[in-house]
Amino acid sequence: MTQHHRQAQPPQGERLSAGVQLMLRALQHLPPYRWTQARLARWGVRGRTAVVALPYLWLLLFFLIPFVIVLKISFSATQLSMPPYQPLLQWTGEKLTSLRLNINPGNYLYLWQDSLYGRAFVNSIQVAAVSTLITLLIGYPLAYAIARSSTKWRGVLMMMVILPFWTSFLLRVYAWIGILKNNGLLNNFLIWAGVIDEPVVMLQTNFAVYMGIVYSYLPFMVMPLYANLEKMDLTLLEAAKDLGCRPMRAFFNITLPLSMPGVVAGCMLVFIPAVGEFVIPSLLGPPDSLMIGKVLWTEFFNNRDWPVASAVAIALLIFLVVPIVYFQRAQARTAQAGQA
Amino acid sequence: MKSQTPWFRLSSLVFGFAFLYIPILSLIVYSFNKSKLVTVWGGFSTQWYGKLLENDQILDAAWLSLRIATVNATGATIIGTFAGLVLARFGQFRGRTMLSAMTTAPLVMPDVITGLSLLLMFVAMEQAFGWPAGRGITTITIAHITLTLSYVTVIVQSRLATLDGSLEEAAMDLGARPARVFLLVTLPIIAPALVSGWLLAFTISLDDLVIASFVSGPGSSTLPMLIYSKVRLGVSPDINALATIMVGLVSLGVMITGYLMFRRERLRQRDMQLASSAA
Repeated sequence: MTQHHRQAQPPQGERLSAGVQLMLRALQHLPPYRWTQARLARWGVRGRTAVVALPYLWLLLFFLIPFVIVLKISFSATQLSMPPYQPLLQWTGEKLTSLRLNINPGNYLYLWQDSLYGRAFVNSIQVAAVSTLITLLIGYPLAYAIARSSTKWRGVLMMMVILPFWTSFLLRVYAWIGILKNNGLLNNFLIWAGVIDEPVVMLQTNFAVYMGIVYSYLPFMVMPLYANLEKMDLTLLEAAKDLGCRPMRAFFNITLPLSMPGVVAGCMLVFIPAVGEFVIPSLLGPPDSLMIGKVLWTEFFNNRDWPVASAVAIALLIFLVVPIVYFQRAQARTAQAGQA
Repeated sequence: MKSQTPWFRLSSLVFGFAFLYIPILSLIVYSFNKSKLVTVWGGFSTQWYGKLLENDQILDAAWLSLRIATVNATGATIIGTFAGLVLARFGQFRGRTMLSAMTTAPLVMPDVITGLSLLLMFVAMEQAFGWPAGRGITTITIAHITLTLSYVTVIVQSRLATLDGSLEEAAMDLGARPARVFLLVTLPIIAPALVSGWLLAFTISLDDLVIASFVSGPGSSTLPMLIYSKVRLGVSPDINALATIMVGLVSLGVMITGYLMFRRERLRQRDMQLASSAA
């Protein structure tokens, strides 16, 4: 019966891909494809090289070179013009010797001397570290519970974790204004429940920044943790149980150490962007909150001091290079392991 | 006790999901609030949705953001697929580490750094070649492609890593040229990954405030930039209505895609079962 039905009507997947294949085959014979191939071949560029070159050149041009320019401008002096910085190399006369090099380390000295920047750095790192820890404490049990659910439920539950991540980040931060306000949801609830008599100021405090970061970045913590915990070999836990190990001890001696790559990946995914976070402290934090992302924003947009903003960016980057490289190594290892 | 008690697992699930969803639900509930004071319930009303549709400023910004997001998602999917393919299938070559580093760094790079560096790049390019003249849609789109192509790369790369190259090798053995193999074999297999990559690039672009603020010019305010300037003045009910519409559309999109992929997978499994039982 099924066989007959199958012959009469090919499965949808096959029909669909037959159409697509026809389209792709036609594409191969269209003039631009042939023409491009011939043209590239004449220049000695083979298809393979072209495939590597496209993403490579794009990222070089729009990701790597921009950092070199930021570095360059962080050493220039401010000047009232558009763009508001002095060129590093200047021809003052007509002879070659009149080339002047305007290197100005003053921006970095300024960052070092004005204690505002140092405090902003320390504060950002502290806020990011505390938020990362809270995210881990909420995210780990959640990822663990999902990874140990039945196979049928796992997909649905993970989709439910990822869904908020797809909806607007800005609007999710905005939702917390309504919750944390003096006459907001949380205060109203606590007064109704009799825990407090009058509203507690929560908005525009560091507490609000923690909540915002934890809430926005929770999916980034749960995803790598889940991927790790789901793959774990459960027979190890059974063996521990057979040998008389208590579940609590098995968790701390087996599950937790084995899930460390997931913990590290999740913490990096939260910590690194949180250090430079701008939206959350500016919407939920105290008006004078010293977060380095906000300081950079103010230097650039309010003070229009591009060189100092660039120096702040370079300083932040130098600080973040270690965790970023660490994250990349871990990422590359995971990709390699997946391929093997 | 921890790992074995269903109580613990159940309560972490309930707590985790309550934490994730209560803020979103509060946005939705209060978008139907009659009162202008967002958190005081004044009765059911859909007036804020009406107000939203009359607001040309918001509609223009939304249209601009949608156009940028569409072009960005398409560009990022093409370049990101190439990068993912290179990283997963081309083996070792000179500069591979560099490419891999450049595709993972944007995932964690703070937005303020990316935004500032791209703006300075555009300014320098304009000084040197006169392109891009001024800043606006083009510069925002280029910046977003740079940001989102990393996400597509990671998705495509991990999808290719779960497949062994045997199908591609078979096609090559039968004499297909590499370009043909890619178009007729690889591309159909990784199509679901491309769909999720495209959608992710689309939503990230639709959502970005910081990078767009750096690289946009006068007259090109995207939707997040408009929302941010409104939200800074306080909570307003029409933003709640806007949030509800966006959350609704995204959830619908994700659910439809999820359902289609689920069905496709089931069809594939049924076909494989039939094939093995026939053999």
